[in-house]
Amino acid sequence: MPNEEYLEGKYFIQGRDFVDAGIVSSEMKKYLKEKGIPEGIIRKVAVVTFEAEVNIISYAEQGTIKCYIEPDSVTIEARDIGVGIEDVELAQQEGYSTADDSIREMGFGAGMGLANIKNHSDEFEISSVPNEGTYLKSTIYLNGK
Amino acid sequence: MTLQTLIDELGLKCKCCWEKLGNEIEGGYAGDLLSDVMGNSKKGDIWVTRQVHLNIVAVASLKEHAGIVIVQGASPDKDTIEKAQKEGIPIMVSDLPEFELVGKIYHLMHHAQ
Repeated sequence: MPNEEYLEGKYFIQGRDFVDAGIVSSEMKKYLKEKGIPEGIIRKVAVVTFEAEVNIISYAEQGTIKCYIEPDSVTIEARDIGVGIEDVELAQQEGYSTADDSIREMGFGAGMGLANIKNHSDEFEISSVPNEGTYLKSTIYLNGK
Repeated sequence: MTLQTLIDELGLKCKCCWEKLGNEIEGGYAGDLLSDVMGNSKKGDIWVTRQVHLNIVAVASLKEHAGIVIVQGASPDKDTIEKAQKEGIPIMVSDLPEFELVGKIYHLMHHAQ
């Protein structure tokens, strides 16, 4: 669990609200820019947040995304109430997806979301309870190591 | 190369953000899977896609693309244009299929005098 002392923002996300997909990522990006976080880090955070946001919208009833800025890292924490993931190992494999046609028609649901998050994180953690929800944590180091 | 040059050379139609046609194109990416574009495209890219719904604007804005070109004569949704205008992401359309348009853009970027 990240240190609450460094909590910088908490954003609420409504499931199935594809119209607003990306709004949280965009707000977070603006916020991190104001805080003077380097551009390369912000770019990684944007990918992580967007994918986390789209996952909540696609598969959960609702969720929250929190952002922590610590002296040497930025941590994104996404938590949702929803169907959860049966097999988190399988879900991380690129190409694996449970998305329905309505999600795929928009260009989402290709099974690349979690892989993208993992690839843009220095530390990555995911756990899920089917029919309850999913917890995801991504940490990006400010020094790039 | 600027977006305006691309429009002039390839007969694209601009749908919004005319004031941004001076944007410099630094590279390009083609794709219709939003996570693919999110994960692999770069800042300053011209993004070529067949997708028309408003989530393309979120992706282009987060990745700071120079602009979006929608191919195959498809029309962006009304709310896509509105959001793009708000976010300052120029959207252009082309009647060409994705493969042909990408080929032409690539040629212009890498072989034009």
